[in-house]
Amino acid sequence: MAKAKATLRATDAAMDEIIKEFLTESLEGLDQLDNKFVMLEQNPEDRDTLASIFRTIHTVKGTCGFLGFGHLEKVAHAGENLLSLLRDGKLNFTQEIASALLSMVDAIRTMLGEVERTEADGEESYPGLIETLNRLKDGGSAAPPSTAPSPLLAPASLPVTPVTASAPSPLLAPATPATASAPPPSPAPEPAISPVPAAAESTSASVAPELHPTPAERAAVAPTAPSGAPSVADSSIRVDVPLLDKLMNLVGELVLARNQILEYTVLQENPPLLAASQRLSMITSELQEGIMRTRMQPISNIWAKFPRVVRDLALGCSKQVRVEMEGKETELDKSLIEAMKDPLTHLVRNAIDHGVEMPAARRAAGKPEEGCLLMRAYHEGGQVHIEISDDGAGLNPVKLRSKALEKGLITPDRAAAMSEQDFRRLIFLAGFSTAEKITNISGRGVGMDVVKTNIERIGGVIDLESELGRGTTFKIRIPLTLAIVPALIITSGGERFAIPQVNLLELIRINEEQRNTAIEYVHSNPVYRLRGKLLPIVNLNRELKLITTVVASVINIVVLQTGQHHFGLVVDQINDTQEIVVKPLDKVLQDIPVFAGATIMGDGRVALILDVLGIAQQARILSDSHDQNLAAQLRAARERDAERQTLLLVRAPGDGRLAIPLAPVSRLEEFETHQIENAGDVDVIQYRGHILPLIRLKDILGERRSFDRLAHTGTSAAAANLMQVIVFGDGVRRVGLVVDEILDIVQDVFEIKGRSTRAGIAGTLVIQNRVTELFDIQSFLQRAAPLLALVEEA
Amino acid sequence: MADEQQLCTFFLDDRFFGVGVENVQEVIRYLPITPVPLAPPVIRGLINLRGQIVTAVDLRRLLQLADRAADLRPMNIVVQTRDGIFSLLVDRIGDVMGVDPACFEHPPDTLDGIARELIQGTYKLQGRLLLTLNVAKLFRPNILNRSVERQEPDSENPTAPA
Repeated sequence: MAKAKATLRATDAAMDEIIKEFLTESLEGLDQLDNKFVMLEQNPEDRDTLASIFRTIHTVKGTCGFLGFGHLEKVAHAGENLLSLLRDGKLNFTQEIASALLSMVDAIRTMLGEVERTEADGEESYPGLIETLNRLKDGGSAAPPSTAPSPLLAPASLPVTPVTASAPSPLLAPATPATASAPPPSPAPEPAISPVPAAAESTSASVAPELHPTPAERAAVAPTAPSGAPSVADSSIRVDVPLLDKLMNLVGELVLARNQILEYTVLQENPPLLAASQRLSMITSELQEGIMRTRMQPISNIWAKFPRVVRDLALGCSKQVRVEMEGKETELDKSLIEAMKDPLTHLVRNAIDHGVEMPAARRAAGKPEEGCLLMRAYHEGGQVHIEISDDGAGLNPVKLRSKALEKGLITPDRAAAMSEQDFRRLIFLAGFSTAEKITNISGRGVGMDVVKTNIERIGGVIDLESELGRGTTFKIRIPLTLAIVPALIITSGGERFAIPQVNLLELIRINEEQRNTAIEYVHSNPVYRLRGKLLPIVNLNRELKLITTVVASVINIVVLQTGQHHFGLVVDQINDTQEIVVKPLDKVLQDIPVFAGATIMGDGRVALILDVLGIAQQARILSDSHDQNLAAQLRAARERDAERQTLLLVRAPGDGRLAIPLAPVSRLEEFETHQIENAGDVDVIQYRGHILPLIRLKDILGERRSFDRLAHTGTSAAAANLMQVIVFGDGVRRVGLVVDEILDIVQDVFEIKGRSTRAGIAGTLVIQNRVTELFDIQSFLQRAAPLLALVEEA
Repeated sequence: MADEQQLCTFFLDDRFFGVGVENVQEVIRYLPITPVPLAPPVIRGLINLRGQIVTAVDLRRLLQLADRAADLRPMNIVVQTRDGIFSLLVDRIGDVMGVDPACFEHPPDTLDGIARELIQGTYKLQGRLLLTLNVAKLFRPNILNRSVERQEPDSENPTAPA
């Protein structure tokens, strides 16, 4: 615990979140306690109420122990002890006990207030109160009976309602005869609070000072709180998840309705209507984002328990492990948080049990005895990335291989074709466990495959990296939310289908002259040579038993990935990309593995969402029967892909060829020359609501022959009034490079063969057997910098 | 007439059917249907019911009758059941009728197969018989899937692989 605490203490920002939640939860619990105590006094035998009070205090105690609020924990602990006896019926509920417990509630409240202001539970340790609680627990009386009339309402400034004899306050009447002479509190809303100071005074003189005017004190302190900000309890409310779900659904509907309206207004040629609908569109988008955010929770909600889990596990197997967390504030949808709980717990358990070595072994390996478990989370590319790393022994591919062979999970033939990384990935197979012996933590052979399935079920992907002796990292990517996803709309067999963009790699269009030769067969399995590597091909019409309605002259291939597998899906037509609202299918239809759900398109028709994993399974892309050579080739291709470079080939002035690195390119566009406008002596064009400055390749390469304007630049390939523009950068900081003709996109490992011969050129390459100059992207962007400034001023 | 039952009635050809109005959410004209490949043939597809996606089940196929003529557009009876909301595709909509429980009779023993499970009984009206359907059973997954097996021979739409 001490270690976990220390680690938590170290990261203050995340701590704030935990404390905030603790405060909200505890204060809420305490508010209910007041009422419950009153109920209890009316009906002292009510075990349910007692048990629920016990639970509340127990939770407070547990959490503040975890957070290191010692004083608070001690008070709650004393109360909990007393309550446990009451709950078990070993002690009878008396008014004295009620008073003492109420004092405790107020003491806790005071300390929570302190926590909220200072993040510490204050100096006061309430020894008197604890003593009283303990004495009551041992069956003693709280204090010598007070002879003085209880000054019931004196300290609190609550309104006093005289109570008639026929309606005695149930709270104090039976136990303290003295109350008869004192005006009892109003039975209205909060009867429990008012007697507290009084009760405290009557129980023990030593308790009195700190307990004395609790409500008043709180009132007095509040305005002097340094920040003056609303308290935690005021600035956040709890909302029913079903209500949020409903709002989410409604926003989904709104998005659909908005899409429909936009479609119709475009046809209307009515500018005011168009303006209004665009405003509607913007507001809808913002609303959608806002509602989605209400469902977002920081991942720390599930991570918070891990320091404790790790500590217990590590103790259990005599290891030393410390937890480090990065990016706990990373948010994701609540349903995904829930879905990630088990897989993450499993990965953490695995890391402690299998990953981190025993201290002696670590010392021998020259590592610190204390292992480190690093949990990272961050957003990237519209997805949430989660990594769980340990600095333990790492996975041994040789051991994994022999284990898999021994268990008959792979054939020797197959093993021969597998890479080390493939062996590591074997741990995701069902029935695979590498633990030498089964421990009570893990090693029963169920696990990693379940983790993988669970993550894939929510549209995520898991992979691992491991180095023998250095440790293992599990990398998980999951979507931000499940409800609204960007998707590619395609048509096949006359119907539209949506493919989640998460699975989308690229689109290939095979034109007429190549269509008969492009698809080849490996033992009757169709494949396509994608940049020299074989990509298995699946025909959507065939998988879905659809009748091909159009005789297309081209073949459209959507390259998809699921897990480590890539495949090409042949569809009739590729339409566009859209944000779609995912709706679940009826139970009967959920049994069909190739659909993930349905959505409503802009025209009001329903379209099905393809489940890429399901299609791959149905087409047996993932099965072992698939040609092993092919699989090995695919893997080899992917490994080589890492070193490859993608270059855009354009025709350079003077009929040479020029290669431009594709990485900084955001889009390739075609503009009509009459769209060009002038800003000073710069050619600009209006593009996506911003001004896009244009630079001509000719000018860069210093071959500007005359001051002819772009409008008069003849392009040989395209129609004379069109020009090809390569757009660099993103957002508003964009610049366009005007080229004569875009020839091709090539991907390979390139080596610079010759040095630069002129300005704007970084070197010379040989591509497709032709000498090609490599565009100097750095100097181009430097040159473009002043133009970007122009954009910002505009 | 206090215990008279209200039925929403409709036709398949000239066969006259009814379901209890308490199960019927609404009755709407033809809506475009998006077919679901690989689904059991009784499921004609999905319709967009004001933003809600509803599965449309063809009662003709459910009762193993011949398909309606291609130019006849089915009407939707939107039904709420324990299994969710479904649209029952029928030929024509009739009136909402009050029927006297006294004219009710259980189906004859000669009725068999899936129809026996789905048809609750008949109301003997003047000049014709009104068949009532067991709405709770109509859309059970086992019923929808069972009708696949029975219609398998035409193999127009084989079952999805497990």
